[in-house]
Amino acid sequence: MLADKDRIFQNLYGYGDAGLKGARARGAWDNTKGLIDKGKDWIINEMKASGLRGRGGAGFPTGLKWSFMPKPDPARPSYLVVNADESEPGTCKDREIMRNDPHLLIEGCLIASFAMGAHAAYIYVRGEYIAEREALQRAVDEAYAANLIGKNNIHGWPFDLYVHHGAGAYICGEETALLESLEGKKGQPRLKPPFPANMGLYGCPTTVNNVESIAVAPTILRRGADWFSSFGAKNNAGTKLFCISGHVNRPCNVEEAMSIPFRELIDTHCGGVRGGWDNLLAVIPGGSSVRCVPADQIIDCPMDFDSLSKLRSGLGTAAVIVMDKSTDIIRAIARLSHFYKHESCGQCTPCREGTGWMWRVMERMVEGRAHKREIDMLLDVSKQIEGHTICALGDAAAWPIQGLITHFRPEIEKRIDAYTARAAHEPEIKRTAAE
Amino acid sequence: MSVRRLAENQPASFEFTAQNKAWLEKQIAKYPDGRQASAVIPALWQAQKQNDYWLPKAAIEKVAAMLDMPVIRVMEVATFYTMFNLEPVGKYFIQMCGTTPCMLRGSDEIKAVLERRVGEQRHVTADGLFSWLEVECLGACCNAPMVQINDDYYEDLTPQNFERLLDDLAAGRPVKKGSQAGRVTSEPGPRSLTSLQSFYGADGISGPLSDPARK
Amino acid sequence: MTKIVIDGTELDVPADYTLLQACEAAGKEIPRFCYHERLSIAGNCRMCLVEVKGGPPKPTASCAMSVKDLRPGPNGEPPVVLTNSPMVKKAREGVMEFLLINHPLDCPICDQGGECDLQDQAMAYGVDSSRFHENKRAVADPYIGPLVKTCMTRCIKCTRCVRFTAEVAGTMDMGAMNRGEDVEITTYLESAMTSELSGNVADICPVGALLPKPQNFQARPWEMNKTQSIDVMDAVGSAIRIDTRGREVMRILPRVNDLVNEEWISDKARQIVDGLKRQRLDRAYVRVNGKLQAASWSQAFAAIAAKAQATQGARIGALAGDLASVEEMFALKMLVESLGSQNIDCRQDGVKLDPKFGRASYLFNTTIAGIEQADAIMIIGSNPRKEAPVLNARIRKRWRQGGLLLGLIGEKADLTYDYNYLGADPAALEQFASHGAIQKERPMFIIGQAALARPDGLAILSLAAKIAKNIGVVKDGWNGFNVLHTAAARVGGLDIGFTPGEGGLDAVAMTNPGALDMLFNLGADEIDVAPGAFVVYIGSHGDRGAHRADVILPAAAYTEQTGIYVNTEGRVQYAQRACFPPGEAREGWAILRALSEALGHKLPFDSADMLRAKLEAAHPHFVNYDHATPADADALVAGKGGALEARPFGRVIDDYYLTNPIARASAVMAECSAVASGAHAHKEAAE
Repeated sequence: MLADKDRIFQNLYGYGDAGLKGARARGAWDNTKGLIDKGKDWIINEMKASGLRGRGGAGFPTGLKWSFMPKPDPARPSYLVVNADESEPGTCKDREIMRNDPHLLIEGCLIASFAMGAHAAYIYVRGEYIAEREALQRAVDEAYAANLIGKNNIHGWPFDLYVHHGAGAYICGEETALLESLEGKKGQPRLKPPFPANMGLYGCPTTVNNVESIAVAPTILRRGADWFSSFGAKNNAGTKLFCISGHVNRPCNVEEAMSIPFRELIDTHCGGVRGGWDNLLAVIPGGSSVRCVPADQIIDCPMDFDSLSKLRSGLGTAAVIVMDKSTDIIRAIARLSHFYKHESCGQCTPCREGTGWMWRVMERMVEGRAHKREIDMLLDVSKQIEGHTICALGDAAAWPIQGLITHFRPEIEKRIDAYTARAAHEPEIKRTAAE
Repeated sequence: MSVRRLAENQPASFEFTAQNKAWLEKQIAKYPDGRQASAVIPALWQAQKQNDYWLPKAAIEKVAAMLDMPVIRVMEVATFYTMFNLEPVGKYFIQMCGTTPCMLRGSDEIKAVLERRVGEQRHVTADGLFSWLEVECLGACCNAPMVQINDDYYEDLTPQNFERLLDDLAAGRPVKKGSQAGRVTSEPGPRSLTSLQSFYGADGISGPLSDPARK
Repeated sequence: MTKIVIDGTELDVPADYTLLQACEAAGKEIPRFCYHERLSIAGNCRMCLVEVKGGPPKPTASCAMSVKDLRPGPNGEPPVVLTNSPMVKKAREGVMEFLLINHPLDCPICDQGGECDLQDQAMAYGVDSSRFHENKRAVADPYIGPLVKTCMTRCIKCTRCVRFTAEVAGTMDMGAMNRGEDVEITTYLESAMTSELSGNVADICPVGALLPKPQNFQARPWEMNKTQSIDVMDAVGSAIRIDTRGREVMRILPRVNDLVNEEWISDKARQIVDGLKRQRLDRAYVRVNGKLQAASWSQAFAAIAAKAQATQGARIGALAGDLASVEEMFALKMLVESLGSQNIDCRQDGVKLDPKFGRASYLFNTTIAGIEQADAIMIIGSNPRKEAPVLNARIRKRWRQGGLLLGLIGEKADLTYDYNYLGADPAALEQFASHGAIQKERPMFIIGQAALARPDGLAILSLAAKIAKNIGVVKDGWNGFNVLHTAAARVGGLDIGFTPGEGGLDAVAMTNPGALDMLFNLGADEIDVAPGAFVVYIGSHGDRGAHRADVILPAAAYTEQTGIYVNTEGRVQYAQRACFPPGEAREGWAILRALSEALGHKLPFDSADMLRAKLEAAHPHFVNYDHATPADADALVAGKGGALEARPFGRVIDDYYLTNPIARASAVMAECSAVASGAHAHKEAAE
């Protein structure tokens, strides 16, 4: 188990003081000026050396991302935009950072902005997180009052930080949709290229980072890249917030070392799987967008990017959704299909049309009101979406269904057989539309 | 979700209160000159809050005028983002998360309570107190099942504590926000930590960094 | 230029080409719905997917990827793109399937049938049966105005119409509401589109979701004959295609002419179609005892001849209207001159332009395409949005590119772009002159008829010319001096000198009481002729001119005869005959030729070709069809004409939809006018 001294989010649960005083007592804002004085190259190199991969789901190396920002140009100011549109089903970690350890995030914003030459940053908080937004704003106000940030702050890097919010759209977690939304438009992802580092917010160079990626940066820099990279397997460095939900005895958020085996994670922090390990059916290990993994494959799997990707799943946001054998796995996935149908922005054809189609077929499959040949058709439709859309929502809608069919096809067939058998006995069975 | 349209019955006009107008000016100042459209979501949100939690046509037009945006662009925003209620809602507008993590933890039972006590989705009770909507993941999955009532989250629900919560709201009694099972946030259990014990003790409140206010 | 390999063929293309353009350069057809070369790139239909070798193992939207964004191979090999690989075929078939699952199977009753991109591409990428067994989406059809019918089950959400109204028209009329599968294309709460270019959305709609409402269920595209012609509803001279079935004009569509209208036409150009059928003068009339009575051609000619014989040349005059072709005016001018008259004018609005100041003084010298080169535009006494919507779209296009300084002197209006407002009257122009040189390379003046059709018009024209020379609007290599006309006939009339001769009366003077005894009126319907004179009206529609007439000679409309029109740039273009005039109506030149014989002053031509040969001999620039011959800027009038008035510049168009007799005869234009003025309840009953 990770030692408490090696945990970055030392007020993860809000048992301590979330305010500036408490944050300082836990080490935040400690020698921030010293870090900045070491210069942007040092910061970026240190971040690269730490092996930190983006915590928003895609796992792109954070230091490398920062290094993409072009040289400052007064006509086109650079921006840092923090993605706090935490909406991936299963994920609720950034929420705790914003309400319990906001100063780590604010300090991270200052340092990251300095490293990429930005004098302004926006934190885009999902609209529903109203209390979290207010908590974060309180911390920002504190930081301004203490002159830690602002035009003439004590760190010598003029820096303004603004809290912005959305109003209910999962797609705004996609970085370019987030930028559109921040510009006051519908959250519809942009075509890439150009990438945000060239043409981001207001057409200016922009880096979009996840809350956790930014919030861990100050501690990494204070304690050193070596310290951070000492956790986790090679190429999967660091500590990570895991959000464990579903059928465990005690669902919780927890910070652990990367590559912690699944069983250890659940046993140590969640009181085990409901009904014991034999009762485990499957796990969605990285938020709703990754493929589910059946029990036997996940139990001893290290929880990191590479190990989970070998199982054709992914670490994603490390939102671990545990399902025991009482779960109607078809319905669990169908509900996710509804989610993606609901959250499709409607811009491009495969996702707009395909998510609704898949959801309707899935709803029928929950009942068993389908033909077995439709299982392959569904798989085919999912592949017609995957890789054909502007953003990754299409992929995210396709993968849960692909995971279901890969691992639980017999379950679907059984359901269809049962329905057919029942229908034979009860010919008056009501044929309701999927709507 | 079906197509979202403006309510049939609309107030004739909408005007921000002086306080909200001042607030909106401050929001606009967050963005560079000429980028006032960035404030459209906060502006619509504030209008909705001012108007009993739903967004009338006149407010959409007012926001468009204030932010110098074509009204159709504001309308697009208002219909795109699902937190904008385009029709009246109950005094307590309950958004019940029904996405898989909540479903696994029993959101069906919460939904049954709502169907029994409030009725169909989008329907406002005769006393005007409640209406509800099944929404997608609200990002409190470790505290599932949960609902959002107006601005606040209510978590770790059971049919029993949820019924009690609705009773209290209906009676105007004070309610506790957040976990209804005694958790502070998303720790493993009420006053029960598996990590950070060296700072807060195993119970969270007895360690050197424990916030005295929690005791 | 950069190298790229497309389907095995290496070619050089400009680096800023999109893959779609590069593929087209390689002769590969790329299917597309959302992509439109004159709109921003949306990349949303996903039909144009191609395979890029060496990239991620998924297809790429070719409309949205630049050639320069492709990485070369490990040894610097040019990037390789495949348009016909199994991956591409599968991807496009998949997209097509998605487009069709919620698309109705109503091609047999869809007006787009036969010219539908979706139908065409379904032939290539569709399959014959559906795997979609759910219910098709139900959608509402919003009202979006009198000209465009909606049938939104067919909509594929390509957003071309949204982008058109936002980018080209600049009226922000349309939007995409809601999200996901519920996305709806509509106007704000089903209001009518406010653009004068709204009809174009039906053209760019790749499916049958937006269709021209007046043409609802009337014809199939393959039934119609197509005639390439020129629009005469304004002085832009937009390229049009007239589709006819039998004797009837069924519809008018734009043709591409990048120099003039790109591929847009105004709503008036498109939808006066029904006006071509109503209020038509289809036989001759003679006024007897104060009442117009139907007459034969010979009776009508006899009445005219009797009057002409009894009238002195100096008491005879000729007016030409806004829709007259050059040939008609040239013939009428010859005829009236042969009767001994110098009272000739084509300027029924009293504008003070005159060929004697040189062509540069009345042309849009910069040309319409030239607007895109300008870096500053001063609009003086004009509302280009109403006077020339398509030209206004060009100004907006330039404005959207940025770096354009725009100013307006005249009546304030929503022109679809921002401008600095400098005042409403000639004094504002004088004040502007005092500012001295502006720091712009290619400044333009656009001077409208509202500044010139007034007693001090010549003074304003010469003041503007003086300023233009002083501040570099006119200089070596750049002529930024532009007059924006509203009448299709006007420049042609000025070119042939259809203006008063030595001692002749102008239009205003001719129509004053007692000025003339006899007036030949060639379709001038925007001017009142005082009682007294014997008026011979030659025109196509029973409008103001015909009501005042003593003899009516029924003539062809612009769709019914071939005729030359010179647009505001001085571009000589042919309007082609698409069908025949109704009843006994005849082509204008033929009427005049026959009349001349009846008057004993036979005109020296027996065919339209002979007439044109005479015209070209007299005015050589008419030889250059389709060209705008540059005019000599040195001759530009400056320092002429009298005192300025204090009166502000007004407007020349009160109602955009009702500016000429054909438009006034159109029920569709009447409805547009009512909708635009708010007099019409905007929601029509369900069809």
